[in-house]
Amino acid sequence: MSFGQLPYDLAHLLGGAVLLLSFVLLYQRRISAVINAFATQGALLALAAAWQGYVQGATGLYVTAAIAFGAKAVLIPFALHRLVRRFNLQRGVDPALGIGVSLIAGVALASFALLVVLPATAGQRALAREDLALALSVVLLGGLMMITRRNLISQVIGLLSLENGLILAAVGVAGMPLVMELSTAALVLMLAVIAGVFALQMGESFQSLDTESLDTHRGEGE
Amino acid sequence: MSILTGLVTQLLHLALILALAPVLTGCVRWLKARLMGRRGPHPLQPWRDLLKLLKKRPVLAENASIISRAAPYVAVGAALLAAALVPSFARGMLFAPFADLLLIAGLLALGRFAMALAGMDVGTSFGGLGATREMAFAALAEPALVLAALIFAILAGTTNLDVIIGIFQEGALGLRVSLGFAAVALLAVAVAENARIPVDNPATHLELTMVHEAMILEASGRHLALWDFQASLRLTLWLALLAAVFLPFGMAAPGAGPVAWVLGLCVFIAKMAALTFALAVFESAIAKMRVFRVPEFLGAALLLGLLGAVFLFVSTGLS
Amino acid sequence: MMPLPWIMVFFPWVGALILLALPRLRIAVVVNIGCAAVSFALALALFTLPHGEQGWTRIDALNLPFVLLASFVALTTSIFSAATLAAEGFDHWRIRAYHGAFQVFLGAQYLALLSDNLGVLWVAIEIATLASVLMVAMHRTPAAMEAAWKFFMLCGFGIALALFGTILLYSAAQALLVPETGLSWVALKRVAARCDADTLNLAFVFLLVGYGTKAGLVPLHSWLPDAHAEGPIAISAVLSGLLLNAAMLAVLRAKAIVGAHPDTLAVGPLLMALGLASVLLASLALWRRRDARRFFGWSSIEHMGIAAFAFGIGGPAATLAGLLHMIGHSLVKSAIFFGIGRAAQQKGSQKLADISGLVASDPWLGWGLALAIGAIAGLPPFLLFASEYAVLNAAMAAQPWLAVVLALGLVVAMTALIHTLQALCFSAATPDVAPAGHGLAVLVPLWLHLAVALLLGLAMPLLFSSFLKAAAGMIG
Repeated sequence: MSFGQLPYDLAHLLGGAVLLLSFVLLYQRRISAVINAFATQGALLALAAAWQGYVQGATGLYVTAAIAFGAKAVLIPFALHRLVRRFNLQRGVDPALGIGVSLIAGVALASFALLVVLPATAGQRALAREDLALALSVVLLGGLMMITRRNLISQVIGLLSLENGLILAAVGVAGMPLVMELSTAALVLMLAVIAGVFALQMGESFQSLDTESLDTHRGEGE
Repeated sequence: MSILTGLVTQLLHLALILALAPVLTGCVRWLKARLMGRRGPHPLQPWRDLLKLLKKRPVLAENASIISRAAPYVAVGAALLAAALVPSFARGMLFAPFADLLLIAGLLALGRFAMALAGMDVGTSFGGLGATREMAFAALAEPALVLAALIFAILAGTTNLDVIIGIFQEGALGLRVSLGFAAVALLAVAVAENARIPVDNPATHLELTMVHEAMILEASGRHLALWDFQASLRLTLWLALLAAVFLPFGMAAPGAGPVAWVLGLCVFIAKMAALTFALAVFESAIAKMRVFRVPEFLGAALLLGLLGAVFLFVSTGLS
Repeated sequence: MMPLPWIMVFFPWVGALILLALPRLRIAVVVNIGCAAVSFALALALFTLPHGEQGWTRIDALNLPFVLLASFVALTTSIFSAATLAAEGFDHWRIRAYHGAFQVFLGAQYLALLSDNLGVLWVAIEIATLASVLMVAMHRTPAAMEAAWKFFMLCGFGIALALFGTILLYSAAQALLVPETGLSWVALKRVAARCDADTLNLAFVFLLVGYGTKAGLVPLHSWLPDAHAEGPIAISAVLSGLLLNAAMLAVLRAKAIVGAHPDTLAVGPLLMALGLASVLLASLALWRRRDARRFFGWSSIEHMGIAAFAFGIGGPAATLAGLLHMIGHSLVKSAIFFGIGRAAQQKGSQKLADISGLVASDPWLGWGLALAIGAIAGLPPFLLFASEYAVLNAAMAAQPWLAVVLALGLVVAMTALIHTLQALCFSAATPDVAPAGHGLAVLVPLWLHLAVALLLGLAMPLLFSSFLKAAAGMIG
């Protein structure tokens, strides 16, 4: 398969759209915009998984797509919006690194992912290689978001969008055993539940979800 | 024979663009008004304004130099030349061999340069403010445009717009991630270059929000007519460029007959209508950005273009 | 009839469901100990089965000793937890959550050790991590929240990288595998030699960084000290004794797959570098710690570093030494945490400055703790001395200069540990807050662990050592 054939192109394009939304996540300044962008990324991921299911003829991927949509495009954003409203959070995101610098770092990471994956997977089909490179870029950008945000919800969204990249990688490799995709998709829910419990706990203890307030309790508390 | 058809198509294209440009601006304005629940001015109103202004004598400040007199003509000339190069309904026009994307970018830059100089010429604060903002935005928008041109060039093997459109028309390239990124980047640049919301409000006269308007605040009479016409030409040029590159179907091939031209013309009008509607909806749906956020916006577009170029470069270099 | 390994995995989870329904402390601790005892019996029974596959689990020489070790430590920890939980003052919700998470963790631990499928291994380690995050956050103090959040974030990142490595590994071997075998470790090892070397390299790097985070290897170790310092004391014992081992074994299995291909980059230097860095950083950090549990958390990092270094040297002798080191570390470290936990409850504080003069106030506890700290410092005749000696031996043969550096690190750590030993056990006693009493439930596990470590150090049963030698051979 190569360019010019619809299955390849659409899969590639959907992967690129997920990557684009990772950048959009880094660019946002308001919490509700971040949550909405994350919901869109989840929907696109579900679409990508469903398309791969159609192309590879693997019906298990439709289940993964349904779980991804239900969890990441509906349930988790809904819960996060409720959390924001409940604690009446200040609406800004407060990045630790400026947005321009984060975007530049994001492009550097995406290029790095490309340069690492493409030579290392030289023996495989072009579609699989580029999909892996795209997926690794999404993973690294999720990691960047985790590092450069101080707000707890942004950190959680960074972690969840990192998982999005993993799901993208898993659905891209044809013939991946179903246990991988289903477990990844289902574990996302577990992570989200635990993160939600944390957020509630922290909100009650600290009256804010800024993780900088945790810094003083780091280490020996000296 | 081919030179003759080339000449004919070029002249027809020029006439079309000249006639269409103010109508396009009028349509956008009318659609925005309708979407906001107003009746809106007639779509042909810009033509009426132009003709009215052309008959009037411009009033210049005492210390205005030759720049204030010459700049409108330079800007209109550059815009017209650039518009002549971007194909609308047929490829293979007379000037097609010169239709280089970088040349078009340069002509647009020339027009911007003339506008900025005219703004600064008389020494008013508004003019200087508008000129500095415009140049600051351009410093980020132009590299984004060049990167998009780079992406097209890697894919098509040349920066000639005509050839690029031909190759895209064949569809052998398919949908590509880099093209998607280039599209997003180009859309952002188009919004910035044409002084549309969210970068600049074309209808405002509040100093905090003016960019484009600030530079032509001093113009009057036929100079103002030329500035307005220049803005309409640039908008038409950008919409035609976006339609030609990302929606290349329907364009008549080089050397085709009048039937193909008519078909191409109908498709072109349809594409322009669709893009105009999209622009009107987009402008009505979002709010204008704060001025110091615009560099972030354009910087993001630049980085997207860079990313698309890197993707393309590495994947074609390695496969 | 379900295969025995499957029962071993599911039984703790059934136990967890039961425990979630029990609000009263007394009944819950009894059920907890009961579950752990049954698991221990099942682990002993596993030795009678032939090695091989049972669906998605596998019994081989590598995981049998560690399953036995895990169930043993789980049993003693549950006894210890029964004794000390009353002092924590949990309400009934937290009692349920604590015991439920404890058994979920154990079930996931057994799954991680027994699974043949790399994907299931990943899931198991993820579940174990999430269960321990919940347990670390039990106290709900700001420090606990901080430790748990850091744990959650760092390990989430690490586990994601590990999954990416697994996916890469599969994509490398995909064309060569029979579809039904999926991600089976044995199948992957068999086809590894024909896979693409570059992809295998990349996959190993991701797996090393990902699972290495869980094992506490520098540079992604910063969650470990804080996680050990917060939460009920039993969680420190299981974290050090069990989770770190499971993660390290996952790294070993990945190493075995990648090592089967002749052209892949030498993974030894990578492991050695990370291991050495861990040892050096930990040995320096030990001098600056003032909180007792954090101090011993850093000691765990040091010992995992020694094990990683041993695995990096490669070859049967060094791998055997590494495996022995992991076993010895689990036993002695849990013993230390039992002792420190009891001492902290007695003195009412976790700070090293506040715990002092244990030998004077409670001789059995004091001497037990002293011996345990001596064991962890590598003093003979305990198991850790033998394994450290073997590691240094192998290192001298392979890389003399690095062996010198390692020895230096070990000496620095040893002095710090002995210094702390003196301060904790032998100097002037600090006032007790809680009654000293003979906490048999604490002392018996502590001395039992020490006895086993001593026994293994002096005269290892032939069965055990033959297992470990076979395991070392499997990894290569």
